[in-house]
Amino acid sequence: MSIGLSYEEDLKAKAKNAINKKAAYGEDIDLSMFEEPDEEETVDELSKLPREIQEAAIASGIDPTEASRSGSFMQLDHTVIYKNIQKAYGDKLEIMDINDAMARYPEIREKYWWRAVKVDQDKYTAFSELHPVHGYFIRVFAGQKVDKPIQSCLMLQENARVQNVHNIIIVEEGAEAQVISGCTLTPQVENGLHLGISEFFVEKNAKLTFTMIHNWAPEFHVRPRSAALVDDNGVFINNYVLLKPVRSIQSFPSARLIGENSTAAFNSILYGLGDSDIDVGSKIILEGKGSSGQAVSRAIVNDSSKIYARGALESVQDDSKAHLDCRGILMSPKGMMYAVPELLSRAPGSYLSHEAAIGPIAEEEVEYLMSRGLTKDEAVSLITRGFMDVKILGLPKMLEDYISKMIEATQKESM
Amino acid sequence: MLKIEDLHVSVDNRPILNGIDLEVEEGETHILLGPNGGGKTTLLMSILGMPRYEVTQGHIFFKGQDITNMSLDERARLGIGMMFQKPPAVRGVKLAQIADIAAHARGNNIPVAAVAEKLNLEEHLDRDLNYGFSGGELKRSELLQLVCQNPELVLLDEPESGVDMDNISLIGNMINELLRKDKVKGRKVSGIIVTHTGYILEYVNADKGHILIDGKIVCSGGARDIFDEVRLHGFGRCQQCQ
Repeated sequence: MSIGLSYEEDLKAKAKNAINKKAAYGEDIDLSMFEEPDEEETVDELSKLPREIQEAAIASGIDPTEASRSGSFMQLDHTVIYKNIQKAYGDKLEIMDINDAMARYPEIREKYWWRAVKVDQDKYTAFSELHPVHGYFIRVFAGQKVDKPIQSCLMLQENARVQNVHNIIIVEEGAEAQVISGCTLTPQVENGLHLGISEFFVEKNAKLTFTMIHNWAPEFHVRPRSAALVDDNGVFINNYVLLKPVRSIQSFPSARLIGENSTAAFNSILYGLGDSDIDVGSKIILEGKGSSGQAVSRAIVNDSSKIYARGALESVQDDSKAHLDCRGILMSPKGMMYAVPELLSRAPGSYLSHEAAIGPIAEEEVEYLMSRGLTKDEAVSLITRGFMDVKILGLPKMLEDYISKMIEATQKESM
Repeated sequence: MLKIEDLHVSVDNRPILNGIDLEVEEGETHILLGPNGGGKTTLLMSILGMPRYEVTQGHIFFKGQDITNMSLDERARLGIGMMFQKPPAVRGVKLAQIADIAAHARGNNIPVAAVAEKLNLEEHLDRDLNYGFSGGELKRSELLQLVCQNPELVLLDEPESGVDMDNISLIGNMINELLRKDKVKGRKVSGIIVTHTGYILEYVNADKGHILIDGKIVCSGGARDIFDEVRLHGFGRCQQCQ
């Protein structure tokens, strides 16, 4: 117990020291501008939620009927309003409010809490530790293959609030799961801040595909802080999809491949609209023998948006390799894209590589498609839709089709 | 079907075509011969309506309609189709997607899979359009799209260039089918073929031939006669004739 207290005290002390520490990237947010959200009523079925909440959830990949999901978690403002595991999956996984999980399993705090993300990384991680949080705890039991996705929805319905969540996902040895996490707002929310700490633990021979879909508002700020630890032969796939305007988002998730033959893939699809300031990266740290990684980013810059697409590969293991692939289309003269690939190796036998390209849509390609009878708009739409190739996400067809439709809708709105 | 009157075309403000007059009747196939830089591709691109090719004088009529100022896509939808000599690759767009769009436009209902099978392109349908395709595959991809588009005026820019002997009969027979098949339905397809080697004439029964030099048609006649003249004497006598 005393060790637990000392760990907790240590966390609090580090957080207090870092509460004014600016993040390495992105606009500095004044945290005093936002109030904590109110508590909400729980529900016994997602499909009983008010229509506008259901619609907002659907728009970020959530299935309120749960027919195609193995389990669900939903947090509205500052309340976990719903959690459920479908009967067929009752012995395969558990989904809980993170606070309930730590009460039931006290060992979680020392074993997982702030073990992947640093509590004193910046003021946002520090704030999360020093203020009451909710969030989900998802554990997939050893050897269990969960064939249907687990869904989580984090939603705000009040203006000028800070939503502060801390999530932990553990995929135990030999288990496999997909998690789709939709973070979104109800239509009346114009501004606010979302702080999301997510820590992923992929144990030996386990696989986690985590897909995050963000739907925000033009005056909303977002600061997710995510990291994964991947053990022997573990596979971690992190997908990120942003298709709506946002005031600012800054995120630089990482995966430490500590196990032998562990792998990580980060894939992002970013659509810059309005005045969005998007700073999204990914970092893969190769520590395990035979570890490998890939980070793929596709970005379209429209209107006056700015996209910083960062990618960092770091190796300390000779027998390892990783690749960055970043491509962007700049569609507006008022927009900006900055691709920042970083390779750092301390291992002579490790192979790190990158390719990055930013350009317009090639006129020659548009004209070629027009010569087959497509209008200019149709040709541009076909090319950009192909550029935002959802197949890079490696999702089941149902989710792939869903995200394709979202991209199509975004394109129609932006043209 | 196609009538061109006194056509002058510039590319990047440089005059390339200097007064072309040409008439292609329904169901006729014409071949264009001429030295490099003479304006053959420019003439096809101008008929197609590619924006870089600026008509500075003259008119193009298709099916009785003046299309001189019509956009590229409108011309395609009106029934003009092109087999490009060097088509671009379009990453992210699948061959199947564009073939399917063409196959169901303009009231078409062409079975894409069956055409792809004929052209040995079944495994290319899910690949990015023209990306990483060999010379022969590019030509077959072009033909697949063109057959699906089902045009009434077919423009073929050196269909045999870069194609090995294994592919040439496949491509030649398919072009022949493309130019002939609508005759069966009573609707006549016309074609203009730019050729250097003349191999295509072994598969396609062309009606007329023209020689383009310095942006002008300097000689016209039967397709075979014109080709034999060039094969035997080059373009020298044409230049004298000019």
